[in-house]
Amino acid sequence: MQLRGGTSMHGAPALMVLHRRAKWAALLFIVFFLVLIGRLWQLQVLRGDSYYQRTVSNVVRERFLPSVRGKILDRNGVPLADNRPAFNIYVTPSQFKDPSRSALARLLGLADEELETIDARVAVGIKRDAKSPVVVLEDQGRDRAALVEQAKSTIPGVEVRHEPYRYYPQGQLAAHLVGYMNQMRAAEFDRLVAQGYDSNELIGRWGLEAAWENYLRGKKGVERFAVDARGKQLDDATAATLISGPRVVDAIPGANLVLTIDGDLQKAAERFVAPHAAASVVVVEVKTGKLLAMVSRPAFDPNVMTGHLTRAEETLLLSDPRKPFIDKTVGATYPPGSVFKFVTTLTALSDGQAVEDESIVCNGHYAVPGDEAHPQSCNAVHGKLDLVGAIQHSCNVYFWELAYRVGLDAMAAVARDYGFGVPSNLGINGDAPGRIPTKEWYSQRGKYVLGNATNAATGQGDVEVSVLQMAMAYVALANGGTLFVPQVVDRVVSNDGRAIVTYEPKAVRQIRTPLDALDVWRRGMFKVMNEAGGTGFDHVPKSDVVTILGKTGTAEVRKKKKKDDTERDVDGWHPSYSHAWFAGWAPADEPEIAIVVMIEHGGSGGKVATPIAKELFEYYMTKTRSKKSAGPNPGAGTGSAAGSNAAGAP
Amino acid sequence: MKGSRIELPRAAVGLSRWRRFRAAIDWPLVITILLICLAGLLNLYSATHGTKHHSKFDQQLRWMIVGSIVFVVTTMVDYRALVRLAWPIVIGAIGLLVVVRLLGEGAHSKGSYRWLNVGPLGIQPSEFAKLAIILGLAKLALDAEVTKMSTNELGLKVAALVIPVGLIAAQPDLGTATLLTLIILTVGFLTMVNVRPMVYVTLGGLLVVPLFWEMMHAYQKNRILAFIDPGNDPTGTGWHTRQSIFAVGSGRFWGKGFGEGTQNQFDFLPEHWTDFPYSVLAEEWGFAGSVALLLVFGFLLVWIMNVALTARDRTGAVICVGVGAMTFWHVVVNIAMVLGLAPVVGVTLPFISYGGSSLLVFFAAMGLVANVSLRKHGY
Repeated sequence: MQLRGGTSMHGAPALMVLHRRAKWAALLFIVFFLVLIGRLWQLQVLRGDSYYQRTVSNVVRERFLPSVRGKILDRNGVPLADNRPAFNIYVTPSQFKDPSRSALARLLGLADEELETIDARVAVGIKRDAKSPVVVLEDQGRDRAALVEQAKSTIPGVEVRHEPYRYYPQGQLAAHLVGYMNQMRAAEFDRLVAQGYDSNELIGRWGLEAAWENYLRGKKGVERFAVDARGKQLDDATAATLISGPRVVDAIPGANLVLTIDGDLQKAAERFVAPHAAASVVVVEVKTGKLLAMVSRPAFDPNVMTGHLTRAEETLLLSDPRKPFIDKTVGATYPPGSVFKFVTTLTALSDGQAVEDESIVCNGHYAVPGDEAHPQSCNAVHGKLDLVGAIQHSCNVYFWELAYRVGLDAMAAVARDYGFGVPSNLGINGDAPGRIPTKEWYSQRGKYVLGNATNAATGQGDVEVSVLQMAMAYVALANGGTLFVPQVVDRVVSNDGRAIVTYEPKAVRQIRTPLDALDVWRRGMFKVMNEAGGTGFDHVPKSDVVTILGKTGTAEVRKKKKKDDTERDVDGWHPSYSHAWFAGWAPADEPEIAIVVMIEHGGSGGKVATPIAKELFEYYMTKTRSKKSAGPNPGAGTGSAAGSNAAGAP
Repeated sequence: MKGSRIELPRAAVGLSRWRRFRAAIDWPLVITILLICLAGLLNLYSATHGTKHHSKFDQQLRWMIVGSIVFVVTTMVDYRALVRLAWPIVIGAIGLLVVVRLLGEGAHSKGSYRWLNVGPLGIQPSEFAKLAIILGLAKLALDAEVTKMSTNELGLKVAALVIPVGLIAAQPDLGTATLLTLIILTVGFLTMVNVRPMVYVTLGGLLVVPLFWEMMHAYQKNRILAFIDPGNDPTGTGWHTRQSIFAVGSGRFWGKGFGEGTQNQFDFLPEHWTDFPYSVLAEEWGFAGSVALLLVFGFLLVWIMNVALTARDRTGAVICVGVGAMTFWHVVVNIAMVLGLAPVVGVTLPFISYGGSSLLVFFAAMGLVANVSLRKHGY
């Protein structure tokens, strides 16, 4: 063998150079190992705790347990908003890839629109947390739920949950008041999550659902469970070793709202205005300011709005020129026409500018002093009328003359006293203040002319009020001058029946109108409804059930310029027609309820609005009232009991 | 004399040979390797037990038994004989690398040609190329001493060692190519009398790096970019590194305990038994266990260096330095990768990573060291 690969003597190194460089090798070794040990120290000792926490969150996931939302009940305990169990389909975006999507589409035979919804929800979900499930299809039928449940092992990332779901057993009834809910939007995600919402929860969007959200929503619960990297849930024993703290925190149910609304009266009111394209009705207890009915027509079905609105339905609603998403009781304002004349009357009487028996001759037209070239026409040639007669016939000439005497600002002050020009404080649906113009208001926008005052005297020109404001003003006229804050929630009751808050009637102020002035106006209202020549009586025979006091109004509208492109035609909708108003109360001697009816572009107040009001008064006297006195809760609204409530109010 | 040999029973001959062998075998080396293998098996058990990968434990155990045989064989066959065959071995390695390029199972690993299927086994020629190059380096050192080589001959032989690096880089397997380069440079710097050529080669190599970047595949660039900015792509390339760091860090000082690593148990680290076993170990055994394993590797390296320094000849010393460098860089690069200090490259942790090729190569390499150790006293 010639294996002499190196000639090493025993004891002499074979590779001298290696001995010389061994210290470099040692240095290399020490430096690298120290770096590794240092890094281990940094990760495991210095930052270990924080990484430990993170690996725990890597495996422990939370699933929110929805709270049962509080019900909304009418004053008799009939639910307007309730919950029922529903099947919701959830998707975990990180696992919901194209195969899952098409498998789900095939399984359920999803429409394109549903797929678009799913894609949109998943896209939002990815931005939030791709590993938490998002609800993509709400309130699905039993068939679909069963299909998904059976197929969930073959379609990764899809599951069905059985959860309480909001529904509105009365459908469209009081839809604007009750409101609706829908999913949170991307823009509000951070804010709502900070308030403890789960990203899948529905949020109250309109009406009481929105305004009383904090009472209704309750508190969500949480279920913690452990998963591996693929999102597969681990068994309980393994989970127990990973999860510290309770596995399940139960949800706390929301509180119920008991309303002052009477569901039956509401239903009747909605039925009575149903022939008209657009209308608004408010019924208020005279002695408490509690609302018994609130109608805004057209409305929507909140069941559809809550997660079921298809694009076609949405387009239809949005293109409706009657604007179904505006609450016409509080959120919109209109020229009031002659129902506003009480302001002119009371201003003139309390200023001493008018006396009850002063007669003024109406020859059909009136020229503002100083502007004789442009006379205004009255609605008729009334001849010689005293003040009560002028109210009865709604003679414009008489009120123009009064306006000329008292001036715009004095009328504006009285109007403000009666709650116009400021929000009503109902607190829902965009409480509109309306507009009570003054001289200053006109000067800021050009020039004040006397015609502005005469226009305002008859509720025209730039005067704008909401139907609710008008109702509260007539309540004040009926009860001797107490302007109430409109009240719709009577009390908040916990899920197990304990009263949490009970709301007492609250007055805004006591209006200092002389009682004899009020009396003059009331006598006028009596004649309107009960004597020949009255603008109500001439169209509607007087009621044989109850004596009604009322005032009609026919508010002219400025001609609409041009129809919006997006609007469609609606039968019975004539945007150039006047608004038909009625405002009044009954019974005459001991007033219980005030009613304001406004038929939007309905025409003549006497012809169109007054019959509806009369029907409603009669319904109240024959059905609602007897039910109350016979019912289990008689204190809620009969005249005497309500009276004691009012007495107890501040 | 003949008669006396015949008189001896065969068993006695075997026995005395065994006694001599046992006395001369490098027991500290063997025990250190067994210790590391045991840690690797425990770790693999924890990583795969109760999962669909549980058969990997048995497979690894079988590879270790085969590896032990390989160790004994490479210990017994005189290393000088092996070194004489160095050039054929190097050419064989190049041949395998070319074959894998032409026939390899591209689908196995992100479209790169690394694997060669031989019957039921997948082997990685690039792993075996490391051994061939170490033998080649030893042969080169021997030739340079014994003969005065012509420049052409020297150039040819250097080229023979560099070609495998290029082929592996082209697979593309950047990790192994880098590792081979590091081994060659380390051996060169530690054993060449005149280091100046090595300095030139190193500097020249650094200049070529930007060119290399241009030639790299997108996924390779991504890995390196993800290493520079791991937050950039949490579910893509940076995912491994981030999850690995979470696993290591979450072990804290004493670890979560054997089989208790949540990152490991719940598959947050894909394929953790091949490239990331150290993160499993760090999660379950904490700082204490992680450093302990590092110290065992440290002892192994010191011991190999000791064998190199006391080798009876130059060839043996170069072999040991080569094996030491290979082990050192494998340990450093793999752990640095696990700790987020190096990009994710497929470099195994000796005797710990799952996989036959890596195990066999390291058993063979350690066999060579034992071989050198065995013969230093003239066995």
